[in-house]
Amino acid sequence: MEAPRDLSAALERMSREPGTWQPFAGGTDLMVLLEAGKLPHRKFLSLWKLDELRGIEVTPEHVTLGSLTTYTDVRRHEILAREFPLLCRAAAETGGLATQNRGTLGGNIANASPAADSPPALLVYDAEIELVSAGGARWSPYSGFHTAYKKMTMRPDELIRRIRLARAHHEWKQYYRKVGTRRAQAISKVCFAAAARVDAGRVVDVRIALGSVAPTVVRAASTEKLLRGEKPTAALLESAQQALGREIAPIDDMRSTARYRRRVAQNLLAEFFEILRS
Amino acid sequence: MLETAPATHSKKIRIACRVNGRATTLETYPMARLLDALREQLHLTGTKEGCGEGECGACSIEMDGALVNSCLVPAMQAEGASIRTIEGVADGECLHAVQQSFITHGGAQCGICTPGMVLAAVNLLARYPSPTEAQVREALAGNLCRCTGYTKIFESVVEACRKMGPRA
Repeated sequence: MEAPRDLSAALERMSREPGTWQPFAGGTDLMVLLEAGKLPHRKFLSLWKLDELRGIEVTPEHVTLGSLTTYTDVRRHEILAREFPLLCRAAAETGGLATQNRGTLGGNIANASPAADSPPALLVYDAEIELVSAGGARWSPYSGFHTAYKKMTMRPDELIRRIRLARAHHEWKQYYRKVGTRRAQAISKVCFAAAARVDAGRVVDVRIALGSVAPTVVRAASTEKLLRGEKPTAALLESAQQALGREIAPIDDMRSTARYRRRVAQNLLAEFFEILRS
Repeated sequence: MLETAPATHSKKIRIACRVNGRATTLETYPMARLLDALREQLHLTGTKEGCGEGECGACSIEMDGALVNSCLVPAMQAEGASIRTIEGVADGECLHAVQQSFITHGGAQCGICTPGMVLAAVNLLARYPSPTEAQVREALAGNLCRCTGYTKIFESVVEACRKMGPRA
């Protein structure tokens, strides 16, 4: 492992030897893989001390988080707690405190697990991520970043530098639930994050995102479309649950079954509806 | 294990840090687990390996004041860090209130989860001198116990908080 002295040294290393260097932040995922012999033989680039990847910047329009923001950093931030409660809930339900002190949002995104807890919240908030390389920087909507199981639109010489959230959802009704075997230290069976702007009893706009029900974290776009402009009636809920059941693709695995996941996702949608009606 | 060279054929390096208040140099591979460096080089065997995956908390230590699972920290990232293990909790012969409370209230059976539990509790009290029971439960949620059923552990911690009293 090497610890580059700054971000440009890190990017230069990655551009000179693309695919050779495994970026390494808090290590809460990578160390497990390394010890299990599941990482290809690689050199590790420690990002942990790079202050350029830390910090949470607040402007009137956005909150922008450095990719090394830990879950503990998220939970302690007053504006995030107030305006982005789904992200704070996700952070609080990730692992335990020891994981939250070392795990980072950038690492979570780059690990690309479909069962990750924070990504559904990031999808609901229309997050954008900034990718940097020796050649420059680009912003990409987080939606669509993951293209297939553990695959993403990120080049081997790129790093995630920042995650940007628009301060546009704080008056929306918000709901997050992670269903797992324990309150802590559990990978989710289903993870559900949603927010809606309700005006005069109608759903003006809505975002619904799920984890553990597809090869990637997903937005339930068809279900959202069904809800936009409508009153959250029992009849609408039933159609929405059917639409949701059709658009997710859960599997049987060691944690759960497809049937359970589909039913639970639909039940969580019903809980979200109760919030919309309140 | 410390002595097996990882397949990346790396060399051992020297890592300067502080452990339990003492300036220390770890001599190990960059990607060796901090857990192993503590146990095998420094003979601080109070920190335990339970799962090796960051799921059980038996390997908990404090690194720069934050509770972390040492099985997941590559030794190289301990460079410049201030580390406290269970051996650094008591003040010489004088037990911390949490440790005394575990003895008094029967918070340990086999004892393997106990160092991690004590550290998690001590770390909590450093951040919240008068925690609620919910905060105690959350602080220890990353530490698994196979023996006690947790009740006496929580009672021990809550009693320690009560004994320590409200801080100024």
